[in-house]
Amino acid sequence: MKRKLEISELIFKILSYFLLTVFALMCLYPFVYAVSASISGRHAVEYSEVVLFPKDVQFEAFSSMFQNNMFWNSYSNTLFLTLYGTIWALGVSILGGYALSKKRLLFRKTFNFFLVFTMWFSAGIIPQYLNYLETQKVFQSVGIMDDKWLVVIAMGMAAMNIILLRNAFENVPSEIEEAAIVDGATEMQVLGKVYIPMSKSTIATVALFFAISRWNGYFWARQMISNQNEHPLQVFIRLQLEMYTDPDQMTGWNRVYAPDSMIYALIVCSIIPILIIYPFIQKYFAKGANAGGVKE
Amino acid sequence: MKGRAADYLVLDPVSGTYHENPEQVVRDDVEKHYWLNVGRTIVKDWRLYLMLVPMLLVFLFWRYFPMYELLGCFKVTDAVLPVNEQLFSGFSYFKRLLVGGDSLSQSFWMAMRNTFLLSFYGLCFGFPMPIILALFFNEVRSNATRSVLQVMTYLPKFMSTVVMTSLVALLVKQGSIIGQMGIVSQALVKLGLISEEVGNAGLLNNPGFFRAIYQISGIWEGAGYDSIVYFAAIIAISPTSYEAAQIDGAGKWAQMRYVVLPSILSTIVIMLITRIGSLLNIGYEKVLLLYNTKTYVTADVISTLAYRTGLGGGAGTGIASAAEMMNNVVGMLLVIGANTIARKAANTSLY
Repeated sequence: MKRKLEISELIFKILSYFLLTVFALMCLYPFVYAVSASISGRHAVEYSEVVLFPKDVQFEAFSSMFQNNMFWNSYSNTLFLTLYGTIWALGVSILGGYALSKKRLLFRKTFNFFLVFTMWFSAGIIPQYLNYLETQKVFQSVGIMDDKWLVVIAMGMAAMNIILLRNAFENVPSEIEEAAIVDGATEMQVLGKVYIPMSKSTIATVALFFAISRWNGYFWARQMISNQNEHPLQVFIRLQLEMYTDPDQMTGWNRVYAPDSMIYALIVCSIIPILIIYPFIQKYFAKGANAGGVKE
Repeated sequence: MKGRAADYLVLDPVSGTYHENPEQVVRDDVEKHYWLNVGRTIVKDWRLYLMLVPMLLVFLFWRYFPMYELLGCFKVTDAVLPVNEQLFSGFSYFKRLLVGGDSLSQSFWMAMRNTFLLSFYGLCFGFPMPIILALFFNEVRSNATRSVLQVMTYLPKFMSTVVMTSLVALLVKQGSIIGQMGIVSQALVKLGLISEEVGNAGLLNNPGFFRAIYQISGIWEGAGYDSIVYFAAIIAISPTSYEAAQIDGAGKWAQMRYVVLPSILSTIVIMLITRIGSLLNIGYEKVLLLYNTKTYVTADVISTLAYRTGLGGGAGTGIASAAEMMNNVVGMLLVIGANTIARKAANTSLY
C-alpha cells in the first residue's frame, strides 16, 4: 500500500536526516581533526590554521614518536595486557557461565546472587586500592614481580559478561547435550564441542568487551604499575599529555611541529588498531548492546 | 524435623490395618542426610563444580574482600593493626563527614552535591538522547545510509577515556605561549557563546563549564552506541501497527505517541533502572582526567574526594571509606527502589 506522506511525517523525516548527519559529523570531527593536526606544521597548529585539512604537512611528530622506546614499550605492554587479560577473563567467565547455566547445579540461586550483588554494590576506590596492595604483596611473595600480572589476574572481571554467557548457554537445546553424553562425552567435551561452538557469537561479543576494556584500561594500571617500563599505552598517553600541554615545560620547544601534534599523533596511533578491526567487530558490539538490555 | 504420627502410618483400606508410609520414611531420610546428599551430588558431579571455582575465587578475592576492607570506615584506623583487630569507632568518621563543620565536611557536601547534579543532568540530557537518535534512525529508509550513519556515531564509544579526555583537553585548551586556545573554544567565541578571555583561560579551568563539558562529551561518547538498544526495539514493531494507525488518520506525532512509545516503553524502563543504579556511581576515571584544582567546586565527586583523601594511607583511608560507604549504600537503595517501582508500575524489572 503506497500512500502519500503526511506533512508532519515529511517534516520529521527531513529533520531526522539533517540532525543525524550533523550529529554523525560531530562524532567524527575530533578524530579527523586529530589526524590533520598530527601531520600539520607547528605554526598552523598553534595559530589554529588547521580546521579540517592538514597544512604544511610534516611527519616529524610521528617519526620522533616512533624513535621513542617508551612508546614501543607501552604499546607492547598494552598488547600483553589485552591478550592475557582477555584470555584469563574469558576463560574464567566461560567456565563459570557454563556451570551457572545448568539447572542441576545446587545453590544455583545463591551463586547467581553472589555474582549480581557485585553489580549493585562495589566497595569503591580506596578499599579496592588497599585490596590490590595486599594482592601485590601476595603476588610478590610467590615470585610474581611483574605488576602486569596483577592487572591481568585481579582486574577487569565483569559480572555482566558472565551473565551474558550464562544466558547464551541456557539457550542451547538440552537434547544435543544429552546426545553427546550418551555418546560418552565428558563435561569438558560437552562444553568444548557443543556449547562453545553453538554460542560463538555471544562468546565473540564478550571477548570483544573484555579486549576493548583491557586496551582502554587506565586508572588501575596507573595506580598499581610503579615501574615506568611496564606502563600501558593509555598511561603513557596521559603522562605525555600532562607534559606537553604544560606551557612552563614547553618554553624551549624548537621542533618543526607543535607539542600538541605529538599528542595527536599518539592518539592516532592508539586508535588505529581499533579502527582497523572496527568494521569486522561492529556487529558483535551491536549484539552485545542489545543483550545487555534484555531481562535477566 | 519429624512428621506427624499420622504421616507415618497409613490405613490399608483392604485389610483395615495400619502400616508404615514409605514416602515419609524417604522424606525423613533426605532431611536427615541433607548435607550428606549435597556432598554426594557434588562429588558425583565434581567437574561441574570445579568449573565454578575460578570465578568464585576471583569475585571473592577482588570484589568481596574489598567490601570487607570497606568496614574500615567503622574502625579506628591504626595502620599497624589489621582491620579485624581494630576497635570499633562506631560512626565517628560518618559524624565528622556529615556534621564535622570543618573543611573536610564542606568538601564532602560539595562532592555529594556534585555527584547528584552530574547524575541528574545526565538523566535529563544524556538519557533521552539515544532514544531521540533511535527515532531518527528509524526514519532513514535506506539501509546503507543508515549503517554508515550508525557506524559513525558508535565510533567514539570505542575510544578510551584517556583518548576522549585528551581530545577534549586539547580542543578547549587555554591560550598560551605554545599556541592559541583550542579549536572548539575558538568556534564558541566566534559564535558569541563565550568571551575571548574565558576561552583564553581554558574552559577546563573554569568551574562554570565543567558540567556542560562532562555531559556533552558523555553524549558524544555514548549516545550513538546506546541508541542500538532502542533502535532494535523500534524495528521490532510490526509495520501493520503503523498502517492501522495511518488508516485511523494518525499523523507522525500520534503514531509516536500511540505506536512507538508503548512498544519501546519496557526497554526505556530497563535502561532507566540501569541508569539509576549507576546514578551515584559517577565514572570517577573521567572526572579524574578532566578536573583540576581550579574546578573542584563543580567537578569533585565522592569517589574523587575519597581518592584524594585516602590514597595517602593512614587515617585518610577510614574517612575515605566512610564517604564511599555512604555513596554506595545510597546507590544500592536507589537501584533496588527503582527496580521495585518499575516492577509494580510497568511490570518490567531488571533483576
